[in-house]
Amino acid sequence: MTPGIRKPTLRVPVIGPFVVWCRHNWLVAPAVLYAILVTQVPFILTIWYSLQRWYLLRPDLSGFNGLNNYLDIFQTSRFTNAILTSLVMTSSAVILSLVLGLIYAELVNVRFPGRAVVRTMLITPFLVMPVVTALAWKNEMFSPTQGLLDWLISPLGGRPVDWLASFPLQSVIVVIVWRWSPFMMLILLAGMQAIGEDVREAARVDGAGAWAEFRYIVLPALKPYMQLCILLGSVFIVNEFDSIYVLTFGGPGTATTNFAFLIYQNTFAAYDIGHSAAMAVIVVGITIVLVMFLLRLLGRLMEDNLQ
Amino acid sequence: MIRVRRGSAGVKIERAGIVRTFVAWLVGLVTFFPFLYLVLSGFKSEIQASQMPPLIIPAPGGLQGLPLAFSPTLDYYANVLGSGFLPYLVNSLIAVLGSSVLVFMLALPAAYALGLGRMTHHRDVLFFFVSTRFLPVVGVIIPIFIIAKDAHLLDNVLALVIMYTAMNLPLAVWMLRSYFADIPRDILDAARVDGANVVQELGYVALPMIRPGVVATFFIGIIFAWNEFFLAVILTAVKSTTVPIYMLGFESLIGLFWAQLAAAGTMAALPIVLLGWVAQGQLVRGMSMGAIK
Repeated sequence: MTPGIRKPTLRVPVIGPFVVWCRHNWLVAPAVLYAILVTQVPFILTIWYSLQRWYLLRPDLSGFNGLNNYLDIFQTSRFTNAILTSLVMTSSAVILSLVLGLIYAELVNVRFPGRAVVRTMLITPFLVMPVVTALAWKNEMFSPTQGLLDWLISPLGGRPVDWLASFPLQSVIVVIVWRWSPFMMLILLAGMQAIGEDVREAARVDGAGAWAEFRYIVLPALKPYMQLCILLGSVFIVNEFDSIYVLTFGGPGTATTNFAFLIYQNTFAAYDIGHSAAMAVIVVGITIVLVMFLLRLLGRLMEDNLQ
Repeated sequence: MIRVRRGSAGVKIERAGIVRTFVAWLVGLVTFFPFLYLVLSGFKSEIQASQMPPLIIPAPGGLQGLPLAFSPTLDYYANVLGSGFLPYLVNSLIAVLGSSVLVFMLALPAAYALGLGRMTHHRDVLFFFVSTRFLPVVGVIIPIFIIAKDAHLLDNVLALVIMYTAMNLPLAVWMLRSYFADIPRDILDAARVDGANVVQELGYVALPMIRPGVVATFFIGIIFAWNEFFLAVILTAVKSTTVPIYMLGFESLIGLFWAQLAAAGTMAALPIVLLGWVAQGQLVRGMSMGAIK
């Protein structure tokens, strides 16, 4: 190298201040660095992959593909169908488990003999390993040969139904709702306990009936908690994978293929990295909208708690 | 007349009438039934397990005349344990405990600094963590898979340890932060005046005060890692497969062995269900990232 000419150095404007920040906050820095390394860096790589033509089984076809992957995935209905399925699955599961969770919470928000036992029974579905949950429902509830559902409808003159074949999406939703309504119950119970019996009692003294008390006292006070239920529920349920894998494997056809399952299939069965990455980027983009609302709400709840 | 008394949390709770008590029990039992039935089926013979109406009363020995009764057997538990369940169990334990230890090494100091608010960009950091928890795992899984493949970490429990740590880290930071934030500031200031450095302050003063919170955080992390399936199905194949993957093996082409599946499912799920029952008071705090107490 000729003396006198400085070697050009790559300067990224964020890195310098970040290193200073890490040194000042050395208690937090390791955790932040770990999260960046394992979550942010891979996501940036996903964006990079989404611009490539890349099939793991045909390395010879690899090359930069610009935005073509994004155009391709909207050419067929596979991806849009999966988004639609995710939308239907998530919204109906969230709404149903919210309603069921509200009922659970109202039922155990009073004193009665065995209240702790009932509460414990109600939260159990949330704790059972999701794969086991799906296997149990598949074989003990939905099965056309030994399922309890068919046995229950047989006195009504019903013929045996193969639930997973005839009602695949509904069956998956039922299993998701069974698992997530206890979660909704826990959040709503916390909200109900924050109301305090004094307020409800005052309403009753003023002559409010049970429904009026619930409609005008309980529901308005629960609003932020219900928002939290809806947002947290959506963020978790939209990624549902376990129950689909076990119950229907995305089928019959693509009836229960949500985008998590489609990306799984397209990556690990078709080894089509480029298109899968493009789908993943779009999914993350959609989720970010949800997460932004969620963060705003969490921030508000956190502030309330700090006071 | 409605009788009102103070409940355990210090709030007044209404007492339920007979109808409401009955409905609550009924809803509780119906909700619990699918899991209960799974547990019961694990103690039946294969023929009994698929019998309708369902046999739901375990009656050892002489009570065979009872309707819906069956004589429980441990045969299928023995089968499951004898047919290679243990390696999966060991892999699950390594993944769960390994990631828990790593999570605590990273999260404790971070949550401490964040809980006390003695740092710059305090809010930004908190929300950075929470956003990593909420972003879909499909957004990172493809590069993670490729990197693991190139680094020969596919089918290695270490890959699961690394990923489960990332999965539980935000949760632990937020939960522990909420416990640290509850500690009266005077106590920590007093320790500091007495000449304690940050490490001593954290280890000897703050940590013992939030021990129940640490335990709850540990439990909730275990629940998520133990039940995790998506990463396990992608990153493991033969040697390092965990319990959820083992459960898939029962759906074979040679037919269904429901009683045996039920026994295995009970063994896979029950430890975590029991853990969750113990930690149920703290569960909501964990799920809401410490926002709700």
